[in-house]
Amino acid sequence: MAAVYKFKPYNVGRWVIWSLFALLLLLAPRVFTSNLSVTMLAQMGIAIIACLSYNMLLGQGGMLSFGHAVYTGLGSYMAMHALNALSAGQLGIPVSLLPLVGGVAGMGFAVLLGWVTTRKSGTPFAMITMGVAELVFAMSLMFSEFFGGEAGVSGNRVAGQPFMGITFGPQVQIYYLIAAYTFVCVALMFAFTQTPLGRMLNAVRDNPERVEFIGYSTQRVRYLAFIIAGFFAGIAGGLGALNFEIVTAEVVGAGRSGAYLLFTFLGGATFFFGPILGAVLMVIAFVLLSELTKAWLLYLGLVFLFMVMYAPGGIASLIMMNLRVAKFGKLRQIWTSYLGLGVTALAIVAGAGAMIEMVYHLQLNSALGDVVRFMGVPLNAKGVDSWVGAGFVLLTGIGLFELARRQYVLEWGEIQADIEKEIKRRETAV
Amino acid sequence: MEFFIISMLNGMSYGLLLFMLSSGLTLIFSMMGVLNFAHASFYMIGAYIGYTLGGIVGFWPALLLAPLCVGGLGALFERLSLRKVHPFGHVPELLVTFGLSYVVLELVQLVWGRTAVEFTPPEVLRGAAFTLINHSQDGLRLIWGAAAPEMCTAADAALRVICSPFPATRAFMMLIALLMLVSLWLLLTRTRIGLVIQAALTHPEMAEALGHNVPRVFMLVFGAGTGLAGLAGVIGGSTFVTEPAMAATVGSVIFVVVVVGGMGSLSGAFLASVLIGVIQTFAVAIDYSFLTFARDMGWQLSAAMQDNSVVKLTVSQVAPILPYLFLVLILIFRPKGLLGTREG
Repeated sequence: MAAVYKFKPYNVGRWVIWSLFALLLLLAPRVFTSNLSVTMLAQMGIAIIACLSYNMLLGQGGMLSFGHAVYTGLGSYMAMHALNALSAGQLGIPVSLLPLVGGVAGMGFAVLLGWVTTRKSGTPFAMITMGVAELVFAMSLMFSEFFGGEAGVSGNRVAGQPFMGITFGPQVQIYYLIAAYTFVCVALMFAFTQTPLGRMLNAVRDNPERVEFIGYSTQRVRYLAFIIAGFFAGIAGGLGALNFEIVTAEVVGAGRSGAYLLFTFLGGATFFFGPILGAVLMVIAFVLLSELTKAWLLYLGLVFLFMVMYAPGGIASLIMMNLRVAKFGKLRQIWTSYLGLGVTALAIVAGAGAMIEMVYHLQLNSALGDVVRFMGVPLNAKGVDSWVGAGFVLLTGIGLFELARRQYVLEWGEIQADIEKEIKRRETAV
Repeated sequence: MEFFIISMLNGMSYGLLLFMLSSGLTLIFSMMGVLNFAHASFYMIGAYIGYTLGGIVGFWPALLLAPLCVGGLGALFERLSLRKVHPFGHVPELLVTFGLSYVVLELVQLVWGRTAVEFTPPEVLRGAAFTLINHSQDGLRLIWGAAAPEMCTAADAALRVICSPFPATRAFMMLIALLMLVSLWLLLTRTRIGLVIQAALTHPEMAEALGHNVPRVFMLVFGAGTGLAGLAGVIGGSTFVTEPAMAATVGSVIFVVVVVGGMGSLSGAFLASVLIGVIQTFAVAIDYSFLTFARDMGWQLSAAMQDNSVVKLTVSQVAPILPYLFLVLILIFRPKGLLGTREG
């Protein structure tokens, strides 16, 4: 497919995509100018680097890590200590290079801890990373000089000499620093996938036995990839330290590691751009969804479960599959099914959501009265009618969804068969 | 002396509780290759269902019914979700159980609230199983049940009497775990169904060709494994606290147990659980740091050294990280685990 857009001597498609990405990073704070959105955009940049570095392990190396926050978190701590040293005049580097300090720290810890964790692959690897993560988190409560105990370590990013009037005081300035780092890191990580090491990493994921037979050490390949992932994770951590100006022990905690895993997977681990989508979703979920409903972790868990079961390639794979359909001009045949699926799924979400919200309301703030507002409709959490109504909507939704799904599966299968035939026909025509 | 015995028994009972959990985990892992990330969540569900059922039918029937419910839920999860993911490989299997752990945590908070519930053991188990009396003149004595208060107070000021009771819940926990260990071992090695399970483990195609429904065997094993976690939950929940955080506190430790013991080795899991239980219990009770050690040895430390937080750390402060430290050491010096057979 990529061959279509390949013009010599330049790969135009790639130039276009990367320029658009740079433009997006540049213009985003002009479009979304409010304080909240600039803060969110900055967090998205950080999350993009973190999720992509995580995907270097999960998607490209097949290494399921439960402890990625260790490297981002320790990077944050080192960058914060460096910032404080800088403020005290003991360190002669500009603030804009502090994320690199975090990166080097993340890499250092990856060299140290990765030596133990990458000795295994697959399930044992996952458990060991979790053990290491618990180890670091437990240590964070023990060594309060370095980790700052409960209060964490804080600093002030307006330090040192301003460079061309940039002090990094205003949020927009820090956003552009993050955007620059994001662009460079994304480009570097994409470049990594094209290197021989990146390719070997894919081979180690797919067929480790064969790689060993060719004469490579799978352990070594995993270790090197782990170190590089640790470096980028550390950069993300360092940027986080500059952005928030405070680092607490939770940045190395299991919750953070779990979030990286969850959203990288949701975005799509099989495609390079998947984790970027995941990172954007992560920030939206953490900032907006958690404001909207108290049950957001439940919804997140359920979405994740269904995603693993029915679309293990994440959102990115769904997009790519439909792009393929669109490319062959078949999207017109199936859009009615999508409409049906969408409407019935909405009914399920509305019914189930109303019930979940009512239960949460009864459980948490029944003191505030019995009325819950859900999607603009006032519901009486103790009334039979609202429960029956929600249940009715849910059951109808499930029934109709199943009908729509069957129709969709039929059509989808037909279209895929047609596309296969078309590809064969083109091959023979050449 | 009595401190040593009681701590040892406490450690053993904690270790045996860990074994109740890790045995189910190991069983599922060695059978299906699935690392059940939500195992500790089933432990938590067991505790909560035991609490609810205990309020309705009493503790003893709940002790039987709650594990059955949890096992049923586990089997249902295997049937509806895990089996769909099985063809994708081990990493998605692990991910699906990871997602389940989130959902279970939220659901538990939804149904039973975010604070701890009051789940107490029945009257019989509330007292002491036995009491050790250390009398400075008569020596060490053991009395079943709680000791009468007059036995623990010395009539004479020159005499020193220390009573150390051992809680009955702990003894009960040990009893159940040992019973479970024996019956599990008998079931796996001495019965027909155990042989079918072992066959399905090593040669799934052959077992299927001989007419055994291997997917159903897997479902039963998953149900049984989670049921064991539920049993541990009822006992653990009534002995310790039943709260939404209970899954997280025990979850990572049982993974350590499984790796340290050797992936898929039941005897290794037993050894590792008892070892970790005992180490952790003793470490919590020891208030000894490098500083006191240096003082005992008669070393002179500089003032800066004495103020160093690493030097001041006591063993009890280090206790939470010991299992993980143990894990790292095992991986460096014996990567296949204590009693593991496979490397990789």
